[in-house]
Amino acid sequence: MTIYLPIAELPVAIFTIFAMGLAVGFISGMFGVGGGFLMTPLLIFTGVPPAVAVASVSPYMAASSFSGALSYWRKGMVDMHLAGALLSGGLLGTLAGVMLFLFLRVIGQVDLFIRISYTALLGTLGTLMLVESVRAIRRTAKGRPAVVRRPGTRAWFMRLPLKMRFRRSRIYVSALPVVAIGFAIGLVGAVLGVGGGFILVPALIYLLKAPTQTAVGTSLVLTFVTMAAATVLHAQANGTVDVVLALVLMVGGTMGAQFGARTGQSLRAEHLRLLLGLLVLGVAVRVAGEFVTRPADTFVVTTMEKLR
Amino acid sequence: MMVRAAVLILALLGGCGMARADGLVVSVSQAQVHITSGFTGADLVVFGVMDPQDAAGGSPDVVVTVRGPGQTFTTWRKTRVLGLWMNADSRTFLDVPSFLDILTSRPPEEMAEPASLQRGQIGLGRILLKQRIGDDHADVVSADPFRAAFLRIQQAQGLYRENTCGVTFIAPHVFRAEVAIPGTAPLGRYQVEVQLLRGGRPVASATTSFDVQKTGVEQSIAEFSQRNGLLYGLAVAMGSLMLGGVASILFRR
Repeated sequence: MTIYLPIAELPVAIFTIFAMGLAVGFISGMFGVGGGFLMTPLLIFTGVPPAVAVASVSPYMAASSFSGALSYWRKGMVDMHLAGALLSGGLLGTLAGVMLFLFLRVIGQVDLFIRISYTALLGTLGTLMLVESVRAIRRTAKGRPAVVRRPGTRAWFMRLPLKMRFRRSRIYVSALPVVAIGFAIGLVGAVLGVGGGFILVPALIYLLKAPTQTAVGTSLVLTFVTMAAATVLHAQANGTVDVVLALVLMVGGTMGAQFGARTGQSLRAEHLRLLLGLLVLGVAVRVAGEFVTRPADTFVVTTMEKLR
Repeated sequence: MMVRAAVLILALLGGCGMARADGLVVSVSQAQVHITSGFTGADLVVFGVMDPQDAAGGSPDVVVTVRGPGQTFTTWRKTRVLGLWMNADSRTFLDVPSFLDILTSRPPEEMAEPASLQRGQIGLGRILLKQRIGDDHADVVSADPFRAAFLRIQQAQGLYRENTCGVTFIAPHVFRAEVAIPGTAPLGRYQVEVQLLRGGRPVASATTSFDVQKTGVEQSIAEFSQRNGLLYGLAVAMGSLMLGGVASILFRR
C-alpha cells in the first residue's frame, strides 16, 4: 500500500515508513536521543529529497521526544532547571551554527566538512562510551560498586563561579559549563542537521556527572523544544515540511518511543551506555565507509532546489 | 470515410488534448493526470491519425516524444582526493526535461540518416541537453561522460525512457503509443511531439500536451504550506506535540 506525499511529491510504501518510525522511535525512547541522525539518512535512502527529509524529521522528533519526556517526567527523571540552563546556551549555539553553515556554503565544502566532523565526533564519542561502559561492567562483575563518585576530584570547569544546584540531577556545579554545553549542542545541531541528543546525553553523564536516567529525561525535554522550533522555522523558511510523511513517522515513532523508554528504564545504566556507544560507533563507521570506499557509481545527479 | 470515423473516435476519446497539423491529428487519452493520495502512476495513450494518402505507400515511421516540465540538474563526478571520495567536478544541465519518453515505430537507426535524426532529436542519444560549461551554454558530443552518466541515472530512476517499438498501427493510417507516467513524475505541463518520417525525411509533425497536477487534500495541503508557511509550521508543531502527549497517556500503565 502506498501513499502520495504532497510536499515531497512522490508515492512511498506506507508500512515501510511506519516501520522506520517504530524502530527509530524505540531507539530514541531508550537512549533519549532524537533519532534524527538515523532517520534522515533512512528517508533519503527511500527516495525522499534531502531538504524534505531533514525538515519532516523535525516534527517527528518533537512528537516522539515529547512522549518520551512525559514518560520520564512521571518517574521524576527530568531536571527542568538543567534543561532551562542548557536551552539558553542552545539557542545562541543554533544562531552561531546557522552562520557557520552559511560561511561553509560560501567556501563550497559543506558536504565534506559535515561528513568528516560527523565521523570524528561520533567515532570519538562512541569509542569513549564503549571503553567506559565496558570498564564499569567489569567493575560490577568483580563485586565493586559501579559508580565511584568522589566529590573532591571534580574537574576545574565545575568549580567556576555562578554555582547552581540542580536537585533532580543531584549535582552542584557552575552554570558556565552547562550553558557552554548547550551552546555546543546548538552549534553542532544546526551545522549537522541533527537534534544533538546523542551528544548531549554522554556530555551530561561524563562531564556533569548527572545520573544516566536523568540525563536521558532532560535531553528529551531539550530535543522536543528545539525540534518544535525547527519545524516552524523550516516550514516558514523553506516550505519543506511534509505533514503526511511526518504523521506516518510520528504514529510509528511515538509507539516505538514508549516501548523504548520502558526498556531503557529497566536496563542497567552501564548496559544502556554500552549499547548507545555501539550504536554511535556503528553510525560513524557507516558514514566513514561512504567516503573511504569506492562508490558503486562515481557519478551522481542532483536537482537544483526549487526556490520559493 | 475512414478519416472521418477515426477523427470521430478521437473526439470521443478526449476533445481537449487534440492538435491538428497538415494531414496529422494527435490526441492524448487524458488531458489531465490527477494526483490523489493513492497515486502510483498513470498510463496514457497518444493516438494519431494521418491523411490516408500519406499512408498509401505503406505506413510511415512515427516518433512520439513526451517531455516533462524543464528542470535544472547537476551531474557530479566523484574522485579520490587524499583517500576520500568526494564530488570533484560537475556539469549543470540547464532547463532539460524532467521526464522524457521517446517512442518510435522501429529503431531510429533504420529510419533515417544520422544527420536528420540529430536534427529531429530522435532517440535518447540525440536529444538536446543544454549544459553550462564555464560561461558557455552548449550541448556536447554524445560520448561526453557527464552526459552519458546523466542519461544512465535518469533512466535508472525511470524518468527517461526509450522504446523502439512503442508505436503501433491499429489501421494503416491510425497509430497509438502508450506512455507510462511514474508515481515520482514531476508536476506540470507535459509536451507531446509527434513526427512522421518517410524515406528518412520528415513529412508531418504535430504537438499536444497534458498536465500532471495534485487534486483534493494533496493540493490543499501543498497550497496551505506555500501560502502561509508560519501558520502551517505552527499547526504541524502543535499537532505533533499533541500526538506525543496522547501516545504517552495511551501507553501509561
